[in-house]
Amino acid sequence: MTAAEASPPRPAAAVAVRPPRLPLSDYLRVGALLAISIAAAIGCAALLLSVTGSSPATVFGAMVSGSFGSRVALTATLNHTGPILLVALGALAATRSGLLNIGQEGQISIGALFGVAVGLAVDAPRGITLLLILATAAVAGAIWASLASLLRFTRGGSEVITTLLLNFVGFQVVSFAVNRPWLLQEDLPEGSVLSASPQSNPLPPAGHLPTLAQGPGFRLNSSITLAVGLALVLAFLLARTRWGFELRTVGLNPRAARRSGVSPALVGSGALAISGALAGLAGGVLLTGTAFRVNDGFSNNYGWEGLLAALVAGSVTLAVIPSSLLFGALRAGSGVLAATGVSPTIVGAVQALVVIAVTLPLLYLNRRRLRALLQRTGVSRT
Amino acid sequence: MIEDITLIVDSSVRIAATLLFAALGELVAERAGTLNISVEGAMLSGAFAAAYGSHATGSAYYGFGIGVAVGIGVSAIQANLSHRIRVNQFVTGLVLNLLAIGVTSFLLAEVKMAPVQFGLVRIPGLASIPIVGDALFEQRAPFFLLYAFVPLVWWVLKRSRWGLELDAVGENPAAADANGIPVDLRRRQAIYFGGLLAGVSGAYLSVGLIGAFTPNMTALRGFIAIAAVIFGGWTLWGTVGGTLLFGGAEALRVSLPALGVTITPQVLIALPYLAAIAAIALLSQRRRQPAALGQTFRRGIT
Repeated sequence: MTAAEASPPRPAAAVAVRPPRLPLSDYLRVGALLAISIAAAIGCAALLLSVTGSSPATVFGAMVSGSFGSRVALTATLNHTGPILLVALGALAATRSGLLNIGQEGQISIGALFGVAVGLAVDAPRGITLLLILATAAVAGAIWASLASLLRFTRGGSEVITTLLLNFVGFQVVSFAVNRPWLLQEDLPEGSVLSASPQSNPLPPAGHLPTLAQGPGFRLNSSITLAVGLALVLAFLLARTRWGFELRTVGLNPRAARRSGVSPALVGSGALAISGALAGLAGGVLLTGTAFRVNDGFSNNYGWEGLLAALVAGSVTLAVIPSSLLFGALRAGSGVLAATGVSPTIVGAVQALVVIAVTLPLLYLNRRRLRALLQRTGVSRT
Repeated sequence: MIEDITLIVDSSVRIAATLLFAALGELVAERAGTLNISVEGAMLSGAFAAAYGSHATGSAYYGFGIGVAVGIGVSAIQANLSHRIRVNQFVTGLVLNLLAIGVTSFLLAEVKMAPVQFGLVRIPGLASIPIVGDALFEQRAPFFLLYAFVPLVWWVLKRSRWGLELDAVGENPAAADANGIPVDLRRRQAIYFGGLLAGVSGAYLSVGLIGAFTPNMTALRGFIAIAAVIFGGWTLWGTVGGTLLFGGAEALRVSLPALGVTITPQVLIALPYLAAIAAIALLSQRRRQPAALGQTFRRGIT
């Protein structure tokens, strides 16, 4: 009766190797759907703007010029894109193994917290300090995410719930540390008043990311090159190595994976650890590239945006680069909105609408693929 | 001392009430196997709509109704995206939360409003009981809906056919499907019920408790409600207990410093989440989650 019983595990592996090629008309239809739904999303945002009396053209114009219009704008976009892309790569690795990590906000915070602790403690030459900070951030993020795999693979607790809950615990760990003078709270001169938002001491310059380009009002850090490099590495690992194959097999059919000698628990917790490591690294990159300090609310939605960028990229690993760029640009664009008199919070709504607009056509594409696959293997769906 | 205790009990119950409304709805939704993280977005939208509705109509009651309707509306998007066309339910929930916070903060910045607040209602006699009297019997009007919703949810889960079918759908959707129970329909209905209560919760927060709308005013209470359901082991009384505990923790965090007690606020803020994680780690098999929680049902594919 069921497709899974009627067919041997091979189809799952076949999907893992190559999704079935669809007729051109299907791709055209998906493309048209994508265009329509993105237009609808922009239309919704424009409607929201015009009912509140703003001009959509002005606002969208300001957002485009604020994200790509000048060197300053482009630098802001790329500096945002780096950490978002790192988070998205991690989210993608987990998703491929069938696990959904939504704890990136917490993993970023914990990564940055331990990163700054190391950066303030060591007194080493430039390269070594930076490497130590980034490595610590990645390891801390990985450990934080692994708490969720521990609960998943020993107690059966859904990793979605536990990663979500661990976010809020992570925020409080950071808040605790930056509010304690004996931990990481900023040293202030005698008699000065503690700032409303407590923070850590700033990192020494030895712990700053190298600068790629610099000019009046902008400083492009190297997070974008690091992130793009890791994206290429991850895409290669997923598509061309035994590890990547096992990961995708576990994600598509854990039962078939176990029968062929692959442990879903081992592969899954590895994927979750990598996911956390990349989110932690994103925290480290934010710390060493732009923030230089850790404060309450450090992750500031980078985690959610990276996660959404990964969801938008869907099944094509390298599509995560343009989708992260889109989220980075939206973030940079929101920075200039205040000058137009429009609340930058509209950008959150735009991000959500973009995700919906891209998700629906991809869903259609996956359905067509599944149907084509089932036809090819001669399994009929009830 | 007695006054202090009365005050803390009162504020614990007030905070617990907002959590409990949302948690009751989330409990029903989760029993049907759907993990609705858009409860936060539904609460926030409901809170905004109730505040704006009360301003536009001049009546807290109409505003409350509008808030509840918007809560159901948000849950309808969630239900139809996740259990009709089967977009991943967590993705849907995250996106709806993001959309809710973006749209409400944006509208708040763009429109001026003066929300109307519910007045205090005092039940004569009962409200004079020492310590708990004020807390339980002198509150803003929507609070008293709890006395209807808690028994209603009990009846739904324990005594109604619909509730039994929700359990079937949450524990073994394939078996439920084979018995002719429409799995996705029941899940959508459970989410609508959750949205109704999330709307009540948000509306109670804005036009009941506070009398205003502030950006992101639900401040993760939707997630605390989810934590309460998990902590309560997916049972009604466990959920009620969880919301009281978490409401108490928040009340203590606010009131203890004023009483000269030094505390670590971060521990109290993290308590609900830690308690839920501990529950996942420690709960026995009998009080486990619905077997199909968070899994999309596809007929014929296990």
